[in-house]
Amino acid sequence: MSALETRTDAQAAIAAATRPRRWGFWYVAEHRFRVMRSYTGTVVVAGIGSPVLYLYALGVGLATIVDASGTTIGGVSYLVFVAPALLASAGITAATEEFSYPVFLGYKWNPTFTGIHSSPITPHQIVDGVIVSVVVRLTVNMVLFYLLMLVFGAVPSATGFLAILAGLLGGLAFGTMLMSYTSTLEDDTGQIAMVMRFIVLPMTLFSGTFFPLAQFPLWLQWIGWISPLWHSTELARVATYGYAEPVWLTAVHVLVLVGLAVFGWVLSRRIAVRRLEK
Amino acid sequence: MPEPVIVARDLVKTYGELSAVDGISFEVAAGESFGLLGPNGAGKSTTMRMVGAVSTRTSGELSILGLDPDGSGPEIRSQLGVVPQADNLDTELRVRENLLVYGRYFGLPRRQVAARADELLAFAQLEDKGKAKVDALSGGMKRRLTIARALINDPRILLLDEPTTGLDPQARHVLWDRLFRLKEQGTTLLLTRHYMDEAEQLCDRLVVVDKGVIMAEGTPAELIRRYSTREVLEVRFGSDRNAAVAEQLHGIGERVEVLPDRILVYTDSGEADLVRITEAGLRPVTSLVRRSSLEDVFLRLTGRSLIE
Ligand SMILES: Nc1ncnc2c1ncn2[C@@H]1O[C@H](COP(=O)(O)OP(=O)(O)OP(=O)(O)O)[C@@H](O)[C@H]1O
Ligand SMILES: [Mg+2]
Repeated sequence: MSALETRTDAQAAIAAATRPRRWGFWYVAEHRFRVMRSYTGTVVVAGIGSPVLYLYALGVGLATIVDASGTTIGGVSYLVFVAPALLASAGITAATEEFSYPVFLGYKWNPTFTGIHSSPITPHQIVDGVIVSVVVRLTVNMVLFYLLMLVFGAVPSATGFLAILAGLLGGLAFGTMLMSYTSTLEDDTGQIAMVMRFIVLPMTLFSGTFFPLAQFPLWLQWIGWISPLWHSTELARVATYGYAEPVWLTAVHVLVLVGLAVFGWVLSRRIAVRRLEK
Repeated sequence: MPEPVIVARDLVKTYGELSAVDGISFEVAAGESFGLLGPNGAGKSTTMRMVGAVSTRTSGELSILGLDPDGSGPEIRSQLGVVPQADNLDTELRVRENLLVYGRYFGLPRRQVAARADELLAFAQLEDKGKAKVDALSGGMKRRLTIARALINDPRILLLDEPTTGLDPQARHVLWDRLFRLKEQGTTLLLTRHYMDEAEQLCDRLVVVDKGVIMAEGTPAELIRRYSTREVLEVRFGSDRNAAVAEQLHGIGERVEVLPDRILVYTDSGEADLVRITEAGLRPVTSLVRRSSLEDVFLRLTGRSLIE
């Protein structure tokens, strides 16, 4: 009798956990969407406003000087050259927003991740759900950006829409690595601001964003090679104006970005287990 | 005797050198209310987190509803309601949204979660705060919301870590009333307190924990009978005189305990002993006779006061 009773308890528990086991990551994403809803305004305004500003200032403003000097970059106008890089850069920026403070807060100051973990959701699902929600947000950002590029006439190639994927991949590659770092923070005594200042900003300057990486001396070019932004930018350029690079190099971009994204994802999952189950 | 829903045997949790929980064994039957009583750092929350299947045990056996938290965490947690010591509500969401989001984590359909959320807001007396920001709630209201959230899945077992922290007497009263009702409905309760008050009446059984080990186990009445006297006479002579006066109290009561601010005389008749003290020419500034409580049990067992 009593053995039977325990079995029903356990069976009830097993039945109740089936859906969370399968869909837990999505419930976490739903939660994140709700939080994002409170700043949808900002996401949309920034998602439209900042591409317009950048495309106009650099692609139209600065371009008048560059193009007037009669030089083209690899045979295209400055607008066409810089636009895909701005898109890639926007992807990194949005990913940085989502994977820095929100993740830190989840673990620490207002430990919502601890709260979620008290439900049937696992640490892995928490990480997965956060990533899924950012993928959705990034896609919105990248699509908006791409549409504005079209408006500015910055996309000569028919394969241009693939730049959306390039931006997404770049954001994830950098973002998941950043998440694995912010997941380890016990206190924020300025580390996150340091990441912005000493990693994100220099990365933008040394990733062939505003001029080709080859303009730099070789001893500085390595920054570009290890920069997700450079790989994502180059991919976006191949997509939007058929930037000529060897096929193997294009493959390398994809591999590096996917590799980083997966590495950051797996690492973040491990850290989540260590941190939440201790 | 129904099969226990929680079985812990030689449960150990170490953090580096420190043994936060150092070989704890207990069983909780279905529908029972079980308390963990102990001072700060005793290992109560650590035990709760292991039972809650969120913290991996270092060694020992643990079974919740017949399942092992190692490997069956989600299954176990699907049947639990957890009120952690520190609130971890999502302050970026509104009050009702916190319940909606949390209900989803149990795989419950949206419609059902919404209905349940409204019931629980009423339960927590937060009906008119549903749209408020969490940060705009008082500490006590946040606590009530945390408790409401723990009930979103109709849990079989409710884990309450210092549930009344931050509640005013009125809210506390309401909470105990609700807990009694849940108990009547057959919910198993596991709760920690560092001071016992009303919990003394709610707990069927409890263990006194100190430094990660169990010092005593029993019903509140048993523990008081075993480790204390029927009454306690509290006398104060002023903090500089207490120790000196205590010397002269030999032979009065069964046992005398000197605390910084007062002297406790353990006795079967406080009034009679108070008379003897005054007859001896000692004039306490204040005096009080009360029933023994778990606080006294604790003092006896550990030589330390529960409330610092
Ligand atoms: N994550 C952790 N890492 C290291 N040490 C920890 C950790 N959690 C708890 N401890 C230590 O374990 C011991 C028991 O802590 P625990 O929180 O279980 O005590 P408690 O009985 O709940 O106390 P309180 O009444 O203050 O809530 C303490 O010495 C604490 O410092
Ligand atoms: Mg505690």
